[in-house]
Amino acid sequence: MNAADLPLLLPWLILGGGALAVMGLIAFARRHELVAGATLATLALALVLLPAATGAGTAMVTPLLRVDGFALFFTGLILASALVTGVLAYLELRRRPVQQPEELYLLLLLSTLGGTALTASAHFASFFLALELLSVPLFALIAYPVPRARAVEAGFKYLVLSGASSAVLLFGMALIYAESGALGFADLALQVPRESGGIGLYWVAGMAMILAGVGFKLSLVPFHLWTPDIYQGAPPPVAGFVATVSKGAVFAVLLRYGVDTGVFQAPGPAAVAVLLAVASMLAGNLLALLQENVRRLLAYSSIAHLGYLLVALLAGGSLGVEAAAYYLAAYFVTMLGAFGTVSAAGLDGREVQDQTDLRGLFWRRPGLAVSFTLMLLSLAGIPLTMGFVGKFYLFVAGVGDMLWTLLGALVVGSAIGLFYYLRLVGLLFQPPEETAPPPRSDRAGGAVVALLAVLLVLLGLYPTPLIDLIGVSAAG
Amino acid sequence: MMLAALIGLPLLGGLLTWWLDRAATAARWVAVGTLVLTLAVLAAVWGGRTTAFPPPGTWLAEVYWSWIPRFGIHFHLAMDGVSLVLVALTLVLGLVGVAASWTEIRERVGFFHFHLLWSVAGVVGVFLALDLFLFFFFWEVMLVPMYFLIALWGHEQRGPAAMKFFIFTQGTGLLLLIGILVLVLLHHGGTGTWTFDYLDLRDTPIQSRYAFWGMLGLFLAFAVKMPVVPVHTWLPDAHTQAPTAGSVLLAGILLKTGAYGLLRFAIPLFPEASLAFAPVALGLGVASILYGAVQAFAQDDFKRLVAYSSISHLGFVLVGLYAWNAWALQGALMQMVAHGLSTGALFMLAGLLQERLHTRSMARMGGLWGSVPRLSAFVLFFVVASLGLPGLANFVGEFLVLLGAFPDHPVFTVLAAVGLVGSLLYTLLLVQKSLHGPVGPARTTADLSLRETGTLAVMVAGLVWLGLAPQPLFDVAEPALSSLLRWADQGASLTLGAAP
Repeated sequence: MNAADLPLLLPWLILGGGALAVMGLIAFARRHELVAGATLATLALALVLLPAATGAGTAMVTPLLRVDGFALFFTGLILASALVTGVLAYLELRRRPVQQPEELYLLLLLSTLGGTALTASAHFASFFLALELLSVPLFALIAYPVPRARAVEAGFKYLVLSGASSAVLLFGMALIYAESGALGFADLALQVPRESGGIGLYWVAGMAMILAGVGFKLSLVPFHLWTPDIYQGAPPPVAGFVATVSKGAVFAVLLRYGVDTGVFQAPGPAAVAVLLAVASMLAGNLLALLQENVRRLLAYSSIAHLGYLLVALLAGGSLGVEAAAYYLAAYFVTMLGAFGTVSAAGLDGREVQDQTDLRGLFWRRPGLAVSFTLMLLSLAGIPLTMGFVGKFYLFVAGVGDMLWTLLGALVVGSAIGLFYYLRLVGLLFQPPEETAPPPRSDRAGGAVVALLAVLLVLLGLYPTPLIDLIGVSAAG
Repeated sequence: MMLAALIGLPLLGGLLTWWLDRAATAARWVAVGTLVLTLAVLAAVWGGRTTAFPPPGTWLAEVYWSWIPRFGIHFHLAMDGVSLVLVALTLVLGLVGVAASWTEIRERVGFFHFHLLWSVAGVVGVFLALDLFLFFFFWEVMLVPMYFLIALWGHEQRGPAAMKFFIFTQGTGLLLLIGILVLVLLHHGGTGTWTFDYLDLRDTPIQSRYAFWGMLGLFLAFAVKMPVVPVHTWLPDAHTQAPTAGSVLLAGILLKTGAYGLLRFAIPLFPEASLAFAPVALGLGVASILYGAVQAFAQDDFKRLVAYSSISHLGFVLVGLYAWNAWALQGALMQMVAHGLSTGALFMLAGLLQERLHTRSMARMGGLWGSVPRLSAFVLFFVVASLGLPGLANFVGEFLVLLGAFPDHPVFTVLAAVGLVGSLLYTLLLVQKSLHGPVGPARTTADLSLRETGTLAVMVAGLVWLGLAPQPLFDVAEPALSSLLRWADQGASLTLGAAP
């Protein structure tokens, strides 16, 4: 590494510097607005200066990080959603004040730094370090001391399970290292066994453990058990952050690992991944049917969506990367909007938990209800929204690679999914109960959601700008 | 540009009605105005041509804009005679829908008309799209407003009915997408270019084993929409629970999108596979005719009876399409138009009866002729129209279908003709139960208003005109249909049944 590499690392340097600055602010000038402002400014600055890093070209910065269009695209996605999360968290904390709101922003920045570093990781060491940097702040974020009974339980659950899964992942990496002697993805690519005959025990065990560890972070069935509890217990903006940034970053590194090493085109791991994908699509959608709680419903829905995303991973190639990039972008916008709605639709200090809390939302807050409807339609993959184009991409990638089993599961899963999305949409438009109090509504939160909805429709109707961006960066 | 306006005007009008939500009457007039204006645009596109129609293979009007260059997707609309007829039907029935809900819908009137107009726009898009991605886009998008029409303004069991409708049609829509993608990727594999354009894909030579599965994906999606037995089960529920305008649109035009999809896409894109599949499709068509008639016979609910009769009548369309010759196709198109008008009117009448009697049960009706003669006369007219009285449009359609299908498929044709007897039975039963006999517990003296009479009279005029002088419609559709026939024949190595 030399000085010429510094511009390439610009986003990460800004994030790191911002984290230090926020820490200093908390120590010497503890004021909520100030800290929130500094955090949002850091994220915005990193996002704005992202093109500067692109201009410097593609390079390995040390054997650990590979800064290329792929990394920068997903970094941009993560920065943007961290920015939205920051705004939503600020609004949430202003509405429901807590004793010390400032540390939340520090944790948010650190976790974002981990997530963005993960997208550039091209080596098991950076993979693991960045993953921990992403996850450890989440323990505290999930249990952030908002007056809430379930938050601590959720935080603990995540702490224990995440620790265990990291250990499994690390063990898997060690086993693969023992077999191949390589840690960098590029070196590993030469070692991946292509035929089912030549696979050693260490390979099988190592691959399985890595998939299990990553499967936990992505909450794929059967490693999904933590997800609903966390989404239910965490503050809604944090839940949105877990659903988008944490999963998206891990998916990005998995995608890079898959594309670089070609491991998911080898027979064994491909079969396992197909199994995980089908199980996630079907179980996620079926279990979502049973949920009364709207946050748990979103949790199961996100499980199903990560299952859909595996179609792109298994298709591989540049079309697969393109599909994954578009689908993740759509998923980010949608999930942030959904949790933003959950956050903004609370009535008089009461949080939204059950679906019935949203009954008749259209009559109280038409703008918010229409935006939320668009989010749900996007999750269901209905036209006019980005979700439709995303699903279209998955089908193109799937048909192109003839993944008929996965496509079958995708069709069935989508059909089941319609049921609970539509039930929720129907609830939004039902006549309100007579006793509904005049709302003390959160206009600012609603405005954020409305902006996301506008983005969702614009890029759903005319996706070309995003597709072009993906073409020159992620899939380039 | 003109074609884009056909879709854009209802969309804009819809937004305007939503904005006028509080002013109910204004919203209704805006909806009427929008549809009339759109009809005017359509008339301008058509320009009154009958004989100087564009020759086969060319278009009356066309729009071709780049949309998603990554996959060679264009915003490609084009209109030929078949599209022209169906778009006109759509707009007329949209107007009927607005008229039918004039007094029925009292809550959120503007929002209601927003959904109505957007659903019309979606269907017009389906009839005009020549890019398969765009077609799929409209295909899916037209479902959403229809879902809301049923789910928000429907009757007692509206929630489950709307859900069933949406899951059936949207779920199989994904099979349609897979079918399209199989074709597109085969084209991409062969030529290296991405295209979703109908005209390019029509020339794609494909191996039979892919062709069969691709064709099946398309057929299933379209069959669910038509609907064909045994994938029809969403239809009776959706029709029964939908508000009157919803039923009119559903029966009048949404069902036609399935038939149109078969005519324009499924058969010409996969000619050989369709030829091989024709016996199955004809069998399903005959099964629909007979099963729909038998089921209709057993219903007590006025709307359910009409819904099952729709299944029966659409069976004729399916038979006509898969007989695939000039006479049968003309018959199928005529049957689509006639069914749109007659069934749309019957659903409107069912809505008017429900508004007055607060029931759809025929057991509770009876003796209506004595109290509301004008309404009863219209019921009688549309009932005999739909059973195929000579001199009305439905007769022309069914007759041509049977005539066209007989030379190649005599057995199927004979069985289909039996269905005509069935329709005689259930329609007479309907007349007997509701109009004649002793006066039932549900009674009314409020006969049709001027607005209602006027709307129904227009539909009567349409059926009589097409029944007595069907030639103008044949002339308009002929070049388009012969071009479809020619293309499919070129694609298939065997000659499909030549025109008798």
